[in-house]
Amino acid sequence: MNRAVLIALQISVAVVLVLAWQITTTTHLVGNPQDLAFFFSTPGDVVRQIWTWFATGSIWYNLWITLEESILAFLIGAFAALVLGFWFARKPRLGAVFDPYVKGANAMPRVVLAPIFTLWFGLGIWSKVALGFTLVFFIVFFNVVQGVREADKTVLSNARMLGMNERQLLRHVYLPSALSWVFSSLHTSIGFAVVGAVVGEYLGSAAGLGYLIQQAEGMFDVAGVFAGMFVLAAFVIAIDYGVTLIERRLLVWQPQLHGGS
Amino acid sequence: MRAAARAERPDQAVTPRAIGFEGVTIEFGTPGQAVFRAVEGADLSVAAGEFVAIVGPTGCGKSTLLNAAAGLLTPAAGQVRIFGAPLPGLNRDAGYLFQLEALMPWKTALENVAIGLEIAGTPKRAARDQARDWLRRVGLAPFADRYPHMLSGGQRKRVAMAQVLIRDPKIMLMDEPFGPLDAQTRLIMGDLLLRLWQENRKAVLFVTHDLEEAISLADRVVIMSAGPAARIIGDFPINLARPRDVSEIKLMPEFQALHRDIWHMLKSEVLKAYPDLTMGEIS
Ligand SMILES: Nc1ncnc2c1ncn2[C@@H]1O[C@H](COP(=O)(O)OP(=O)(O)OP(=O)(O)O)[C@@H](O)[C@H]1O
Ligand SMILES: [Mg+2]
Repeated sequence: MNRAVLIALQISVAVVLVLAWQITTTTHLVGNPQDLAFFFSTPGDVVRQIWTWFATGSIWYNLWITLEESILAFLIGAFAALVLGFWFARKPRLGAVFDPYVKGANAMPRVVLAPIFTLWFGLGIWSKVALGFTLVFFIVFFNVVQGVREADKTVLSNARMLGMNERQLLRHVYLPSALSWVFSSLHTSIGFAVVGAVVGEYLGSAAGLGYLIQQAEGMFDVAGVFAGMFVLAAFVIAIDYGVTLIERRLLVWQPQLHGGS
Repeated sequence: MRAAARAERPDQAVTPRAIGFEGVTIEFGTPGQAVFRAVEGADLSVAAGEFVAIVGPTGCGKSTLLNAAAGLLTPAAGQVRIFGAPLPGLNRDAGYLFQLEALMPWKTALENVAIGLEIAGTPKRAARDQARDWLRRVGLAPFADRYPHMLSGGQRKRVAMAQVLIRDPKIMLMDEPFGPLDAQTRLIMGDLLLRLWQENRKAVLFVTHDLEEAISLADRVVIMSAGPAARIIGDFPINLARPRDVSEIKLMPEFQALHRDIWHMLKSEVLKAYPDLTMGEIS
């Protein structure tokens, strides 16, 4: 598909949806517009709300808080996962012992941890970072373990024959192999960092996008809830685009990223 | 036959021996079953500066034998000696050109070639300069900054060759290095290899399934029997003059006579590796 056609189609999806929304909540076509606007708000109200946030500048602080929490959760989670994942993969016996615990911890629904983190880390950013951490950590961890275990046997033998010691193998073979797996899940893990931050804010905080949404909800301000969701969606798309740029830069050596584009 | 072939070369006891297989037997554990004996009682010597080719039917244990010489596998019985000393672990004197792709995909051609020097402590600048020089020698100067996936199969093999040769190993182990390449490229690669080898003679143990390639490159051609429990069953000196032209040499009557003799022995082994085929279909 041609790029211009693609973008045109993508935009027309939004236009159709907003139009349907507008018609539903302002005409008698579907039902009583007053009732419907109470449940779904109207595009005009939502736009006005978003406009007010940006015009008064109050949104920036909340965006910044959510971004900060997401980034911290991602960096700390990915780093811890990298270190522990390597350890786990390179020491099979240790891996075998801890395997059921890792799987069990990963199966835990993270939301139940939120109150505990609030208790431990307070209402500030760190309880949200902790929640994001628990989400990011496992995704990166499993990818690191896989990447280290799946490191190509011939490439490894070759590296050994070229004279590499264990430390050099780690640096020149295992790490790049693991990182290529981590990068392939970068979109997911950064997405989860944002989820952790927002859910944490929603469950108890004084700032951030999740806080905004929760506040609006508390006052049955449907327009505020929708506005918060749209800002959040735009925020996630922007972050995702940033990740794509980083990826292109770091994975030039991989065949699929080079093909046509 | 084996005894006769070995008796023809009494000089091997006196010239320094780069690689010595002494009754090497190699076994693999297979899931659920008894051990699989791939190679049995292999005796083979490669003198310093000598180019020996191993030919044998597919699956007979050629790669296994090279892995033992590299120290990547430990024999179940017998031993491998490198310059007279038993091999303790990895063979530090050997460079190994693998049958499968072995370049690091996340490094450029230049980085792949330089890495062997860099990890040994050569300053980065000097290592890169030498790597550039080696890429030029294998005809890949313009491709220094490409990643392996951006190179053709033949170009990747040349990078791999430079990667191994830059470390100047005393012994070269080469496992069907030109295996997946087309016929013309194989000839060009063969010429390149001989030219590099002529400049700086190393002991070479070269595995191939192509008898013509073996005769045109090597000083000796060694035949392995079909597996399991493959043995070395023939050892033919190739007294063709050097330097050789790999594409012309096949036309020489001496070449053809050697080819006939060796093929006579190899044919029956190749047939054993394909028990379903009849004689007529191959010869
Ligand atoms: N890790 C292993 N475990 C079990 N069996 C193995 C293993 N590696 C090799 N073998 C067996 O040992 C025999 C020799 O294998 P090898 O790879 O040395 O053959 P080859 O002569 O190099 O064949 P080709 O010409 O096809 O490369 C084969 O029958 C193979 O199935
Ligand atoms: Mg092989």
